Amino acid sequence: MMKRKLVVVGNGMAGIRAVEELLKLAPELYDITVFGAEPHGNYNRILLSPVLAGEMTLADIVLNDLGWYQDNGITLHVGKKVTKIDRVKRKVIADDGKGNLTEAAYDRLLLATGSTPFILPVAGNDLPGVIAYRDIADTEAMIAAAANHKHAVVIGAGLLGLEAANGLRLRGMDVTVVHVMDWIMERQLDQAGADMLQASLESKGLKFLLGKHTEMLKASPEGRVGAVRFKDGSEIPADLVVMAAGIRPNTALAESAGLHCHRGIVVSDTLQTFDPKIYAVGECAAHRGIAYGLVAPLFEQAKVCANHLAQHGIGRYQGSVTSTKLKVTGVDVFSAGNFSGGDGTEDIVLHDKSGGVYKRLVIEKDKLIGAVLYGDTADGGWYFQLLKEGRDIGAVRDRLMFGDAFANNHVGDAGHAGGSKAAAMADEAEVCGCNGVCKGTIVKAIREHGLFSLEDVRKHTKASSSCGSCTGLVEQILASTIGGAYQAADRSTKPMCGCTDFNHGEVRQAIRSMKLLSMDAAFKALDWRTPDGCASCRPALNYYLISTWPHEAQDDPQSRFINERAHANIQKDGTYSAVPRMWGGLTTPDELRRIADVAEKYQVPTLKVTGGQRIDLLGIKKEDLPGVWKDLGMPSGHAYGKSIRTVKTCVGAEHCRFGTQRSMSMGVELEKMLFGMWSPHKVKLAVSGCPRNCAEAGIKDVGVIGVDSGWELYVAGNGGIKTEVAEFFCKVATREEVLEYSAAFLQLYREEAWYLERTVHWVQRVGLDSIKQRVVDDAEQRKALHQRLLYALQGIVDPWLERTEGVEAHEFQPVRVPADAAHA
Amino acid sequence: MSDWIEILKLDHIPRQGARVVELGPAGEATRVAIFRTATDQVYAVKDHCPHRGGPLSQGIVHGGQVTCPMHNWKIDLASGAAVLPDKGCARTYDSKVEDGQIFLRLA
Ligand code: SRM
Ligand SMILES: Cc1cc2nc3c(=O)[nH]c(=O)nc-3n(C[C@H](O)[C@H](O)[C@H](O)COP(=O)(O)OP(=O)(O)OC[C@H]3O[C@@H](n4cnc5c(N)ncnc54)[C@H](O)[C@@H]3O)c2cc1C
Ligand code: SF4
Ligand code: FES
Repeated sequence: MMKRKLVVVGNGMAGIRAVEELLKLAPELYDITVFGAEPHGNYNRILLSPVLAGEMTLADIVLNDLGWYQDNGITLHVGKKVTKIDRVKRKVIADDGKGNLTEAAYDRLLLATGSTPFILPVAGNDLPGVIAYRDIADTEAMIAAAANHKHAVVIGAGLLGLEAANGLRLRGMDVTVVHVMDWIMERQLDQAGADMLQASLESKGLKFLLGKHTEMLKASPEGRVGAVRFKDGSEIPADLVVMAAGIRPNTALAESAGLHCHRGIVVSDTLQTFDPKIYAVGECAAHRGIAYGLVAPLFEQAKVCANHLAQHGIGRYQGSVTSTKLKVTGVDVFSAGNFSGGDGTEDIVLHDKSGGVYKRLVIEKDKLIGAVLYGDTADGGWYFQLLKEGRDIGAVRDRLMFGDAFANNHVGDAGHAGGSKAAAMADEAEVCGCNGVCKGTIVKAIREHGLFSLEDVRKHTKASSSCGSCTGLVEQILASTIGGAYQAADRSTKPMCGCTDFNHGEVRQAIRSMKLLSMDAAFKALDWRTPDGCASCRPALNYYLISTWPHEAQDDPQSRFINERAHANIQKDGTYSAVPRMWGGLTTPDELRRIADVAEKYQVPTLKVTGGQRIDLLGIKKEDLPGVWKDLGMPSGHAYGKSIRTVKTCVGAEHCRFGTQRSMSMGVELEKMLFGMWSPHKVKLAVSGCPRNCAEAGIKDVGVIGVDSGWELYVAGNGGIKTEVAEFFCKVATREEVLEYSAAFLQLYREEAWYLERTVHWVQRVGLDSIKQRVVDDAEQRKALHQRLLYALQGIVDPWLERTEGVEAHEFQPVRVPADAAHA
Repeated sequence: MSDWIEILKLDHIPRQGARVVELGPAGEATRVAIFRTATDQVYAVKDHCPHRGGPLSQGIVHGGQVTCPMHNWKIDLASGAAVLPDKGCARTYDSKVEDGQIFLRLA
């Protein structure tokens, strides 16, 4: 079959990102030809500012060098500008500026022509020394001017203008920023924030002239620009004038080809222009009336566009919520969403002038819709996340201003502590304790490989890929290294893994609505990209199948992590540990004797009382496990599973002089009801007999506390990576109600949460109120949920017992090749 | 001289699973993981992850790779090489399947 032809006009960030995404999906589908007007490969335009500031070099910011195009079989024409699209013959014509024309035919055309800087229509705007700030050539011109000249004037005090001014100042020029508005960065900041920013930039030596209208640029005796003259008659010297007064989508080519343009090349949710063979992405495209000027949206566009080019036809681009961050070292400004407010919105403002901190949060109907942060931007990522996901912030509203750590009560959280902690960290400082990755390694990877997302950093450095407690810190490092281009992770729209474009929610939904019952059916129905998934999606899919269709879907042991496959915890030396269940933490002399006997018989090196009120036998050889289980004669404690773990209890009214309720037997009843329950993540309960709460019910997924008149239920606590205090759920009178409410809460969690989401994270995502409505307020739903859980658990067999009877025997038996046959 | 030795039947390994073969005297045996992929490809790799020696046989098998259960390195079964960005290589052995019987070559 002849390959199809794809031509890309614009060798910039959006065009090439779309090509990269396409190569991931369908590497063989197209012969790809790229035209770029600039004489370079694709580079990271946003890092021109650090280059200008002398913090990076041009070599540092290359995203795709010429070798990359070669390796991927892409024909690249640099320094050639496409001047004509012939839509009838389906070809483009490019000009190298010396009269040489190049033609290329296309089946599909991708326009990614970016923007052109807006040049003020004033006399003298074509003098030497008057430039825009857009590309490498501009940056080089500024660096050269700084070496030979003194006075720089930057027209426009937006992000770009301020970054240009800062860079020129650092290169020794005397810089004045001229702005027509009354305050700087008016599109990102309100006046209070802007005033603080201006003061801090002034302290770095920048000068500002606000409310000034430029009338003309005057030439110097040498014929170069020499001064700027304003409408009020005043004048300032200028050897270099940088126009940073805005950008316009570059639509000239599209318009000449008769494509519909309005504030950009008009595209649909599939990034197609009015000619369906022609796509457009990036700053040149107008989607639902908006042409974005930042990279995060164009990455999202590139992904959707590539999916359609690859003929997968999945995904719609629905617009982006954007956030911006000024890339001036030592100055922290962050803004996102709508911060100018309006009817029906409320502001929460913190304004500490001498402390140099200003924050404004804009709220509409219990949702965060905008944020401006100055001075302390550590929580920018968190606010942005809340904003993008449209989460209900009602419950944390009174603490919202004080940030993630405070609002969510994190204790001992290495990840979120402190303001610009990431920026201030030394390169050698360890960020990821699990994988031993230090800050310098992360920054280097971000720069060398042009990384933009947490996912990318995980892939390249392993940082934050294990326990995840350093995630916040890694996100901060990303943000401080690449500024606003950083794409905040967003689990609600993020694909499950590299094997699919669907996210967890969509996959759960599809398994339910299409009644998928096996792994293979799911791969097929959802068009999985890999033949049999990976170690990250398979366990998730398996859980979704069996929890959605109990007794119908097939459980797939090969898709479970080894612990769940072997029903014991693997140890670092390849041996296993076994934790037999002790219901509610209660045991008997007979059980203890058997444990002692087993430990001796199988030479178990370590016996330990766990934090879950039972006993761990550590260091058992895998082949001994079935024998150990048989001799123990106790059921599995599931200490290895994404499943019910333990129900801790205190002695309670059975013995304790303060006890108001019988907590031990309540705990045992709960544990027996839940035995064998698989869940998105592990589930732990505790029952205390009185509010002294000796069983620590306040940090459990479900905590039950006896009071004189009944029981209080708490949910979504977590004692692990980030300690989270459980939230009050409801109060009930009877033991039956404790069982019913707990079961209903957990069943809802089982049906709705994403794999590896603990109850606390699920509750944060969907909101406690919505859960209370369904479990506490709605008796009918509660009973139905309770019944569904009981149905799922019907006929559950102890996995250890099964295995002592020979189930999955191959799992435990090694094959021995006698010494004489093998001399390996 | 042919060094092929009979190990076990293909059926005795689940698809997307592995069995461990212990070669040599107990106590100092070499452990080799025999993998069977979803498409019945068979590979023999030393049961020792190039990262920190994790037992690869206990990992999840997907495509032609196994993910180590210890710290999630991915190892290509055919070559024993760690998948980028990780670096390292596990020793591999020649194996073949004839009439449903798996053979291993030790030399
Ligand atoms: C054995 C035990 C430590 C002990 O000696 O006391 C233990 C051992 C392990 N814990 Fe734990 N945890 C143990 C109680 C806890 C507790 C305390 C509790 O349950 O009351 C916590 C905090 C409470 C909580 O979960 O909210 C705890 C929070 C964790 C976490 C963090 C979970 C989180 O969501 O934040 C992990 C990591 C994970 O699951 O991803 C973890 C993971 C582990 C693993 C399974 C690591 C692993 O994946 O291999 C450890 C297995 C050790 C081994 O090789 O056998 N363990 N772990 C405890 C077993 C209790 C039991 O009887 O089942
Ligand atoms: C100094 C600077 C700092 C920035 N900082 C940030 C930041 O911190 N955060 C952020 O999110 N964004 C930032 N941006 C914006 C960001 O760089 C752009 O949003 C992004 O580069 C747009 O990508 P694009 O592919 O649409 O356009 P571009 O990257 O501009 O690529 C378009 C390419 O097409 C070429 N081209 C145009 N017409 C033709 C033609 N007819 N034929 C052939 N080639 C053609 C152009 O020469 C250009 O190379 C910054 C921009 C600048 C200039
Ligand atoms: S038992 Fe828990 S806290 Fe201790 S090392 Fe293992 S995972 Fe960490
Ligand atoms: S030992 Fe295999 S990944 Fe660490």
